[in-house]
This record gives sequence, C-alpha cells and structure tokens, in this order.
Amino acid sequence: MSERVAIVGAGTTPPRRLSPDLSYRELTFEAATRAYLDAGLTHQDIDSFISVCEDLHEGTSITDEYTPDQLGAVLKPVQTIAGDGLQGVAVAVMLLRAGIADVVAVESHCKSSNILRHGEVLEMAFDPVYERPLRVNPHYVAGLEMCRYLHDSGTVAEAVAAVVVKNRRNALTNPTAPYGAVLAVDDVLASPPISEPLREADISAYADGAVVLVLATEDVAKRAPRPVWVRGIGWSSDSPWLARRSWSEATYASMATAMAYQMAGITDPRQEIHFAEIDDTYAYKELQHLEAAQLAPRGRAGRMTIDGETARGGWLPINPSGGSLGFGYCFDTTALYRTAEAVRQVRGDAGRGQVPRATTGLVISWRGVPTQTGGALVLGAH
Amino acid sequence: MKRRPQRRVAVIGAGLSLFVRRALETGKELSYYAASQALESAGVKLKDIQGVVMATAPDAFDGVHMKGEWLLDGAGGVRKPYMRAYVGGGSGVFSIISGWTLVASGLFDLVLVVAEEKMSSCQPHPQGAFLTIFDQIIERPLGPNLLWIFALEQHRYMHTYGIRNEDIARVSVKNKRNALHHPSAQVAGNLTVADVLASEVVAWPVHRLMVSPISDGAAAIVLASESVAQRLSDKPIWVQGVGWALDTSYWGNRDLAYPRYVEKAARMAYEMAGVSEPRKQIHIAEPYDPFAYKELHHLEGLQLADRGKAPEDLAHGRFDRTGELPTCVSGGLMGVGNPIAAAGLMKLCELYWQLRGEAGARQVPGNPERGLAQAWGDLMQIGTVAILGVH
Repeated sequence: MSERVAIVGAGTTPPRRLSPDLSYRELTFEAATRAYLDAGLTHQDIDSFISVCEDLHEGTSITDEYTPDQLGAVLKPVQTIAGDGLQGVAVAVMLLRAGIADVVAVESHCKSSNILRHGEVLEMAFDPVYERPLRVNPHYVAGLEMCRYLHDSGTVAEAVAAVVVKNRRNALTNPTAPYGAVLAVDDVLASPPISEPLREADISAYADGAVVLVLATEDVAKRAPRPVWVRGIGWSSDSPWLARRSWSEATYASMATAMAYQMAGITDPRQEIHFAEIDDTYAYKELQHLEAAQLAPRGRAGRMTIDGETARGGWLPINPSGGSLGFGYCFDTTALYRTAEAVRQVRGDAGRGQVPRATTGLVISWRGVPTQTGGALVLGAH
Repeated sequence: MKRRPQRRVAVIGAGLSLFVRRALETGKELSYYAASQALESAGVKLKDIQGVVMATAPDAFDGVHMKGEWLLDGAGGVRKPYMRAYVGGGSGVFSIISGWTLVASGLFDLVLVVAEEKMSSCQPHPQGAFLTIFDQIIERPLGPNLLWIFALEQHRYMHTYGIRNEDIARVSVKNKRNALHHPSAQVAGNLTVADVLASEVVAWPVHRLMVSPISDGAAAIVLASESVAQRLSDKPIWVQGVGWALDTSYWGNRDLAYPRYVEKAARMAYEMAGVSEPRKQIHIAEPYDPFAYKELHHLEGLQLADRGKAPEDLAHGRFDRTGELPTCVSGGLMGVGNPIAAAGLMKLCELYWQLRGEAGARQVPGNPERGLAQAWGDLMQIGTVAILGVH
C-alpha cells in the first residue's frame, strides 16, 4: 500500500468582501464543481468528505448538518473538523494512508459578511470564568503579543509595515485577490493604532469565499492530470490560556512545522523550501511564523523582509499570493485558500505572480486569537 | 473501492466520569477525569501520548466559541497534535473513528480519545441550543424543536409497521433496568411498561420516560498501534471495522421509517471487519438510544433485526442481557444518561469492558468476542458505527 498522497484538484471562489448574491451552500457548490473538474473526477468518484467549520461562525448549531448536499456527498462518509483548514487536510491525508479511501474532498467556506460583530463572537472563545470578565478585545490580545514579539526579538515596527507593503503589492498580481494596493512603509505606520503597536493596516480584512481540495492516493494521483504531492503535514496546539502562553514565540507553529518537516524528510528548511504561504492574519504573525518555521533565525525575519529577501524576487518568496493582508481573512478557510495558492505555484499556474523554481512550498496556518493552534503543510512537484 | 486498512488499531484503556444532571465540574475537569482514568487503565502517561482527539457536540451548550480549543488542556492536548471532529449526536462513536484514523495512518502509535459534554450550563434548558440547528430560512420560522421532530419520526415508524407504543416502552424498561448495575448511571430504574406509558406525554407519541435525560459527563479511551498494543496490554480489544454516512440535510424529503444512513454506515463497517452475517457474528450491540424507539429503529438499520420486527424481537427477549443478541447492556442513554458525545464513547467503553470480561454484574454470559456500537445525530441524518473484537 502506498503512503504517498497528492492534491489532485483545487477549486476556489474568488474571495470577496461581500457576497449577497450567493449563499454559503452556493459558494461551496461552485468551489466543489471547480475542484472536481480540476481533478478530472465527479462527486461519485469521491469516497470520503471533510468539512471544516465552526458553529458560531455559521450561526447554526451542529452545523455539520448542512455539509453534504452541495458537495455531492449525500449518504457518503462525511465528517466535520471544527478546526483549522490544515487539520482538515491532515485528516484527508490520514484517511488515504489508512487505506479506507482512495479519493477524499476537503471543503471549507466563510461568510464573514453575515457576521455583524466578529469581535464579539471571538470574545466568546475566552474562558467564561477567568478571561471573559476582563472584556478583552481579540485585537488587544494581538497587540500585546506583537509588543512582546517586537521587544524580545528586537524587531522594529518598520519591518512589520514592510510585510503589509509586500503582501498587498503581491496581491496586485493575483487576479482573485481583492485587497491589492501600492503602499509605502510610512502609509502603514500612519494608519490609526488599534492596540499599540498594532495598527489598522496590520490587520487582514475579512472576505467571503469557499475552497474545495481533492486529495488522492498515489495510484489515483498518477492518473490525475496535475497532481501536487503532499510531502509532509503537521499540526499542534499550545495552551489555550492567555496566562500560560509564550507571548513572543509561535510555539504551535514550531511544533507543527517540525512534524511536517520530519515527515517530508526536510532537514534544512532554508535550503529546501522554495516559497511559503504563511499566516499573516496580523502582519507581525508572518515574521513570528517565519522564525518558528526555522526559515529565519530568531529576530532576523524583520530584517529579511526589509531587505526584500521575502519579496517575490527574493531568495525566499513569502506570500506571493498576497497573503491574508492582500487576499482577505476567511477564518479557518484561510488555510485552504493558501494551500490552493501554493498548488498554483507548484504547478506553475500563478501567472504574473509566479515564483521561479517553485517546486517545494510550505503553508503555515493559525486559528487566530485566542487560540494557539496551527498547521503546516509541505507540498512538492515530485 | 478497496477498504482494506493494513494497520491494526487496538483499544488498550478506557475511562468514564459519572453521568449527572448538573455537574459542579467544568467541561475541562470532566474531560480530565475521564482522560486520566483511561491513561491509568492503559498504564501509560500523558507524555507518552502522541496525539489527542476530542469529541463534543454544539458550542451553544457552553456558550463557548471554538469549544474544542477551550477544552484542550483538560483533555491533555497541550503541546500536542490535537483536533476536534464533529458529527452532531454521532460524535461519540465517531471519536473512535477519528482516533483510529490517526493510528491507522501510521503517523501515530498512541492516541488519546476524549468525549465530553456539559449540557447543564445551557439555561434555562439545553433544548434551547437545539432551536438553532434548523435551516434559517425554511425551518426556523416554524419554531421546531428536537422532541417534535423525533416524535414525527417515531410516529412514522409506528404507522409504517403497525407498532404500538407499549412495544416501544419496553426499551425504556430494559435499558433502565440494565443500568441498575452501572456505577455511572444517572437514570437507572426498575419500571414496568405501564409506568412508562403513565409518564406525561412530551410530544405525542413520546412520553417522558421514553426520552434520555439532560446529562453532564465525559468518557475516554486510549488507542494503540498493533506493536504498541501488544507490548502494553494483556488483552487489547481491536477496532475491526468503522463506518459512517451522512444523509441529505433536507430531512423533510426522506422516509423517516427507515434509517438508510445507518445501513450505509453499518455495511461499510461490516465490510472492513469481514462480517458477512451480522446477526451471527455480532455478539453484543450498543445501538444509540436517546429515545426509546431509536434503539429498535437502529437495530433494523444495522441489519440486526428485520424491518419493523425489532419490537417483536424485544418482546421475545432476544435483546435481554441473557438473550441471543444483548443490546444496550450498559443501560444505554435511556439508563446511564446522555451527555451527547460522551454517551457515544460510553458505549464503546462498555464494549471494551464486556469483551475483556470486566463488566462485573453487567457482564454478558458466553464470552462475547465481537461487539458493535452505533450513534446517530444531526437532523436524523448521520450514522456512525464501530466494531470491536478480541481478535
């Protein structure tokens, strides 16, 4: 039995700030149709389905009830992962390796525009007894973390602003990214503070959309038109308590990337990873995650960004898609959008946004405040 | 499609909290109790556990967004790969399928599976959380609740096969009596069919004593790969088959008399377990019984009884502890209680103890070698099945 698994199809709807014309089921149907077409399969060829969603984002309890029809999954094995998009991909990889399915589809959708005040939903993720009475705003937690990270790593605010400038500029070459812009570092630093040192421009804007990925075992993938191989996958969680976390380091990302690198046989990520799609829900997170993934020495990610090493033309392009800053933030769907973008890069389909020599790519995800949960995925052309 | 998983996975430990109406413990603490018991019974430490899987039903019970993240330290998930899989009421039996997936993939050798539910935090009544499970546009304006829709299903089942309510009341009698021997049981009792039918009607034809209670509780098991299980356990109990299937969301378009999604799930599990004659090869069953009629309905879906004939089999004693196919010998949800996800995993804990011959006064005679547990959930929509055995 083969242990190798590939992504054989990826389908997305273009992320948009608003989507009043389509329900989440219609968005998902569109993404699924594209993914199945890309894989050269129909829904009948798929053995098992995974949906990634959270009740309070959907406004529906037991929201997994509403997953099967739009995927063509009625009376098939369907499960919901109330977690990160990459955890959904991990389950697909494991079902295939376990030998209980030959083809698996992973779906996630986001209708952030249906949520009037997302901050208030996130406040409900804090511990009801110890943390919620403090009335802590999620952006405030991010501001605290950014402050600690800048202090401990010796990173300057200009480096964080440079992340925003780079990613939003990258988004201009991505035909589906809605938040492309030409900005200067000073523009970012002049944006209003939300929770100092965090500024408005450092925070990714919301988007609506849906993504479906189709994964398959080696035997099926070899017959697929354009497989991209899953070389390694990992995920991990650190303490959910605000009081018990490392505020300066993304420990979950260190553990998740270590797991993925081990599976992929990667010993020197700086040599072996050619580009990465890294969570940048808040701009400083890109730097923190780069260091956690051993792609930058501790305290050096900011300097690398200022020097243009992570730009599309640099030696290690980071977020050539535009990242969440340029692409929009879609809750747990974000990780699947970024995976779909990494698939485009590895296939050489990224057009004006194409990174040269993009044969091995890394995706890093994070579930957002207040969690310390994230995933890592290594994709390869071979 | 081939369903021939190569790697064998075994249960090597189980733990269960008390099932109670209003636990003073938080959900994290309940998870901790069950998880530590499971680890202790397996003889392993948390540091040996490589991955953790959590099952828990709607976030609305606790009013906590991303409830899985919140529970993770109680379940032992800190600094480990941890995830929460979710199929509504089917989550409890699905939790072993999640854990099985981790180990059967070859990526993990030792995995902790925890299922937790604390319904009592939802005030004034957890039924309120279920008002938000319905389609926003076509169903919520009608104000349906779970009791209504399951009363519809029970009525349809009775009408299709000419079943009487006293036939269904026997499930409550059997399960509540079985639960008298379960140390975690919340609503055990020695009742008669007349007692059940004399209890108030909550939504006709469902009487109060035909509905499982509101419960708080947690359950946990430890899963291991073949080589690790043989090293750590004197009698590992093997996961022989798993299956699950989700039907359409549009439940109003389905015939509610027969749970075809349970049949699909069961056939998938039987195929993997190499079970061709389930009525002979399954020695003990824990079908999901949140409502009395569901046990019968599910036994038919599982191919363990003919359609519409499960009530007769029950009346003839086939499903008694000493009968041909003992069902819900734990006491089930009708007797032990129904902390949703934890109740499903409780059924698997029961199979683990029964197959090891450790069930004490609940022990089924004749050294049962293979057992099946099943759960159900969502909008009368999902079937989850796991088959455990001594070989």
